[in-house]
Amino acid sequence: MDQALVIAAHGSHLNAESSSPTFAHADTIRATGAFSEVRESFWKEEPHFREALRTVDAEEVYLVPLFISEGYFTEQVIPREFRLDEWDPELWDSDGTSADFATLTADDTGQTVHYCGPVGTHDSMSDVIVQRAKSVTDDPDVGEGVGLAVVGHGTERNENSAKAIEYHADRIAEMDRFDEVKALFMDEDPEVDDVTDFFESDDIVVVPLFIADGYHTQEDIPEDMGLCEDYRGGWGVPETVDGHDIWYAGAVGTEPLMADVVLERAAEAGADVSAAIEQVRGESGAGPAAGD
Amino acid sequence: MNEDPVDALVATAPDGIDFDGLRVEVGEDGYTFETPAEATSGLDEAALRESAAADPHVGNWYFWHAVAPQTDARWAFLRWLEGAEEHTVPARYDALADGLATEWGQLQVTVSLDGDYGRTYDLRHVDDAATPADGLTAHEDPLDAREIAKHDDDGDYRPLKTAPSLQTGWQFPDLDPADVVEAVHAFYPATVQNWHREREGELDVDHWHETVERQTGIYGVVRTWDRGEGYEHVNWVAEACCDDSQCLKRREWDYDEETELDVDGGDGEFPCREPCSLVVAAARQWTKLEGEQAQTYEFELTPSEKEQVEEIIDAVADGRAGDIREADVYDGANRYRTRFLRAKLFDDDGNLAGVETDD
Repeated sequence: MDQALVIAAHGSHLNAESSSPTFAHADTIRATGAFSEVRESFWKEEPHFREALRTVDAEEVYLVPLFISEGYFTEQVIPREFRLDEWDPELWDSDGTSADFATLTADDTGQTVHYCGPVGTHDSMSDVIVQRAKSVTDDPDVGEGVGLAVVGHGTERNENSAKAIEYHADRIAEMDRFDEVKALFMDEDPEVDDVTDFFESDDIVVVPLFIADGYHTQEDIPEDMGLCEDYRGGWGVPETVDGHDIWYAGAVGTEPLMADVVLERAAEAGADVSAAIEQVRGESGAGPAAGD
Repeated sequence: MNEDPVDALVATAPDGIDFDGLRVEVGEDGYTFETPAEATSGLDEAALRESAAADPHVGNWYFWHAVAPQTDARWAFLRWLEGAEEHTVPARYDALADGLATEWGQLQVTVSLDGDYGRTYDLRHVDDAATPADGLTAHEDPLDAREIAKHDDDGDYRPLKTAPSLQTGWQFPDLDPADVVEAVHAFYPATVQNWHREREGELDVDHWHETVERQTGIYGVVRTWDRGEGYEHVNWVAEACCDDSQCLKRREWDYDEETELDVDGGDGEFPCREPCSLVVAAARQWTKLEGEQAQTYEFELTPSEKEQVEEIIDAVADGRAGDIREADVYDGANRYRTRFLRAKLFDDDGNLAGVETDD
C-alpha cells in the first residue's frame, strides 16, 4: 500500500526563508523514493495544515512535526488542524521528551494518520547537533578541547521547551565527545548572553535548537552573545568573544541530517524506510546510523 | 496497461469501453467500434485494430486511462484544462494541435498534443502569454514553483500564495500531466482539490464563527470579538483581505451557516473554504484595536488637507503608494505632498495638529 509523508512545520507570514529547511528536507526524502508522496504543510503558510491531507492520495500517512519541543503545537494545534479527532496527548504517553507515535483516522479525509512526535525530541536529534558542530567547524573529529552550547528559546509558558534542550545536552555530554556541554536559553536562565561564563574551553561551538534561521538565530542570538554589534554586519566563524573562539552554527534545523530524523520518526511509526535512512545518513556525511 | 493504445484497446474491449464518444464492445459476431463519425460492427481483431489505429478517440481514451493521473481531482482538473466535457474529441484535438490555453489564477496553462496520444503542458504567468521563450527562465522541475511563488516582481515575500502578485519571467515549457498538477499545487496549494470538491458538491466550508471558535493560544482572543452582535466587523475583514485585488480565491465562507456577509466573495476560479491564517492573524490585531473606546479629537484641517488624508489612506490600502510619480504633486498621496503635510501639521512628537493621543 502506498505510504505518504506529510511534514508539518511552522512557516512565517514575514520571513521567506522560514520554509526553506522544510523544503530541503522534504526534497532529500523525496529523492529516496521511500514514499509515494512527500508533502510540506505549514501553520502560517500554504498548504496549510487544514488542507494538507486532501492533497495526498495515499491512504496511509506518516505525519511528522518539524518542531523542536512537545507542547502546544504538537499536542493541540497540529492534531486539531489535521482533524485527528480521536487524539489525546495520553496516546503519546510522554514525559515531555519521549513521544513516539499514535495511529488515528483523519476526520476530514478518512486517511489513516500515524501521528509522530516532533523531530526535536527524537534521540537522533543529538546526532544532528553533533553533526552541526562538525559542519560549522569543518572538523569531523571536533570535540576535544571544545565546549558545546545547545541553545533553546526557553519560555515560561511551556516547560517542555527547555526539557528538549536539556535532554540533548545531557545525551551529548554522556557521549564524552566534547570537554563541556551546556544547555543555554534566550528567555530564561542560564542565558546565552553570558555564554563565555559557562565554559572553560577556549573554543565553544554554539548550536541553536531552532528549525529555521530567522529573527532569533540570525539577529537576536548573535547580537546577545556579542558576536557582532549589528547583525546586518555579519560575524566571523569563529568570532572571538572574551578570549574564547565562538563557532556559531545557526539553526540546527538547516542541517541536512535533519531529514534523517524525520525518517526515523516515520520508521518508528511503521513506515518502511530503512534503505532511505541509510541513504540519507550517507549523503549527509553522518555515515550509517549509530547503534543500529 | 499496455504501452500501445491499440493493444490496450483490444485488451480492454471485453470489458466494454464508453468514453468521450468512443464505444467498443465484443459480441458474438465480433467487435463493435463506434465513434460519433462512424459505427462498425462484426469486426475481427485485425479490422478493429485498423479502425482504432486511425482514430484519435483511441489515443484520447488511452491518455485519460493510462497516462493522466487517475485520482479524481487531478484527473478532473486536467480534463477541465482542455474543455474535455464540452468539446468533442476531433474539435479538441484541432485546438490542442495549436495549443489550448486556459487561465488558473495568474497562471496560464497551455495544453498541446504530444505524439499520437500524449499531452504536454506549458505553464507561465498570464502576463507572459506573448513573451518569447528566450525572454523567460525555463524550469523543468515542478517543485521549482515553490521558490518562484515566494517572492513578487519586486523581490518582496508573498505570505499569501493566492495574492495577485505572482512574479513574471519564468516558464515551465514541457510538463507532463502529473507534473503540471504538482506545479499548480506549488503555486496555489490545494486549489485543485477544493475546486474539485466544489464541483462535486462536497466542498466543506468553515465559516468565520466556526473558525474563530476553534482558535487557541495567542489567537484565542479573536473569540472575544465574536459576541453574536452582528457581523459588520466580519464584513470589514472580508473587504480588507478577501477582495479580488488582494486574493484570487473566491470567498465561500460567511459569518455562519445562516448569516451571509454583505461583501461580495469575488470572482476567482477556485474557492476559499475558510478564513486563512493571514485573516486570523489580522483579526487578532483588529480584535485588540477594536477593544478601544472611541475618543473625540479636535483639530483643524483645510478641506484639501482632509481630502489629502483620504487619498493617502486610499493609496496605501490599494497598494498604489509606490506607483505615484515622484513629481506628481497633484496626487494627494505623493511623497512630497505627504511630507509637506507632516512638516506643517505634526509636532516634534509626531502628533497630528499637535493633539496628543488619549489612551
